Amino acid sequence: MTGRRALFAVGVAVLCAWTLVPIYLIAAGAVGGQAMANAWPKPLLPPSFSLHTITDFFAIAGVWASALASVEVALLCVLFSLLLGLPAGYALARFAFPGATAYRLAILVTRAFPVAILALPLTVGFIRLGLYDTPLGVSLIHTVLALPFAVLVSSSLFAAIPHELEEAAWVFGCSGLRAFLRVVLPLALPGIAAVAIFAFVISWNEVFAASVLTVRHKTLTAYLLSVLSESPLHVQFAGGFVLIVPSVLFIFLVRRHLFAMWGIASR
Amino acid sequence: MRRLTPYLLIAPSLIFLGVLFFVPLVETVALAFQGGADNFARMRDDLNFNDAVTDTFAIIVIVVLLQLLLALVMALMLRHVQVGRGLVLWIWSIPLGVSDLAAGLVWLAILTDRGYLNTVLAKLGVISGPASWLTYETPATLLAAIVVAELWRATAIVLVILVAGLELIPKEFGEAADVFGATPWQRFRRVTLPLLKPSIQTALILRTVLAFEMFAVVLSLGGRNFPVLMSEAFNWQYAQQDYGVAAAYAVVVMAVSLAATAFYLVLLRSPAR
Repeated sequence: MTGRRALFAVGVAVLCAWTLVPIYLIAAGAVGGQAMANAWPKPLLPPSFSLHTITDFFAIAGVWASALASVEVALLCVLFSLLLGLPAGYALARFAFPGATAYRLAILVTRAFPVAILALPLTVGFIRLGLYDTPLGVSLIHTVLALPFAVLVSSSLFAAIPHELEEAAWVFGCSGLRAFLRVVLPLALPGIAAVAIFAFVISWNEVFAASVLTVRHKTLTAYLLSVLSESPLHVQFAGGFVLIVPSVLFIFLVRRHLFAMWGIASR
Repeated sequence: MRRLTPYLLIAPSLIFLGVLFFVPLVETVALAFQGGADNFARMRDDLNFNDAVTDTFAIIVIVVLLQLLLALVMALMLRHVQVGRGLVLWIWSIPLGVSDLAAGLVWLAILTDRGYLNTVLAKLGVISGPASWLTYETPATLLAAIVVAELWRATAIVLVILVAGLELIPKEFGEAADVFGATPWQRFRRVTLPLLKPSIQTALILRTVLAFEMFAVVLSLGGRNFPVLMSEAFNWQYAQQDYGVAAAYAVVVMAVSLAATAFYLVLLRSPAR
């Protein structure tokens, strides 16, 4: 029996290593600089690991400028997703209205369509509107991708908050909006933060639309894709590492909501 | 007023999706069919088209099946982890936040000529010096590399859906099976698997639709040595600036995504209650 338990523990550990070791290796590639990228045979630690290689890492101009653009796009995407998604989620949770099911279904169906089909014609449309090659333009299409999540997850968040609390606020003379802002919103805040984080990660990771809709103001993903064949390996590894770090942190922050969300998405 | 409120609340999102989802969708389809079937004919006559179709379906069949198996094993293992379950679950779900581009770069670091894999292989005496696995001459290992990168990145989403689904199954069902003397395999086959079917369906639909959209992992590992439908759409739009053929590719990707969704809905439909 102890043999089986040991085997089981080894299995779990191997699967953890399968996830973590590749992340460590690209981190080493990122801070190891040119020397690490060309080293053979490859050492487990960067050969010339020093403050110098770290400052070199932060001096890779294209990576940081585009990472900043990515943050801007992602924050706009969070803002739009919440502004459009929370009211709709609240409506689905609190009102039984004709068309609610159709609306829910329509929102869900948007996810079955590839982003390419949306991004291609927007190139032309955005040029006409002056939105081409702007963070605002890219964030709008990222909002299309994040909005279904925002609506469906926030509707289940609001549904979990007892309606009686709101009614009590009305009895004490709060208006509908005031009751929402003072009673419902504070209770839903942790869940809303998780929705925001999800929208951020969806935008941060998106490659296709960001590449097609930008030229000079590229997001990090679009920048890395455009320099794939011409930039040295250590720059690519640095970019890949910078791309991964926020995702890992965010998954840690929303880990509690992860399963509630997917439980919801499955139904 | 009270009757209008919900409609006012959903109106902004509906208008937004109308302008930025429905209109572009119609425009792409119109653009693809502009001039009859001409764009599709040019797409079909392109040298890369047949490879792109075969490669896309090969990748999806291999990756989605392996992912389902791996995620099932992981989800079932997780039920027996007693110490540090939260930590294990977090580690296993980390790749959920990793983009396909980043995953491609991670595995490029490992599989490139002077990478870690070759270092290990050289130490073991399998190869004598840096070797190439990701070129046009080595299609089998390039395919394997993309499968590994996709397994590493996107198994997490299947895992999360399955774990959420397992938690919905009442413990009593399994206990009842034990009372009647079921072996662990019978219990899995007759109790767990049927009850998990809706979650498996969701996971398969989501993974397949997303896998049709995969292209950055392919470009970062193999460049244009391994064309898939989306990387071709990207190239026609981005490099060739030929929007008509790009739109035709996009329509093909949409059609196969919708067909796959319909396929799973029929294949794994739950009996009506």
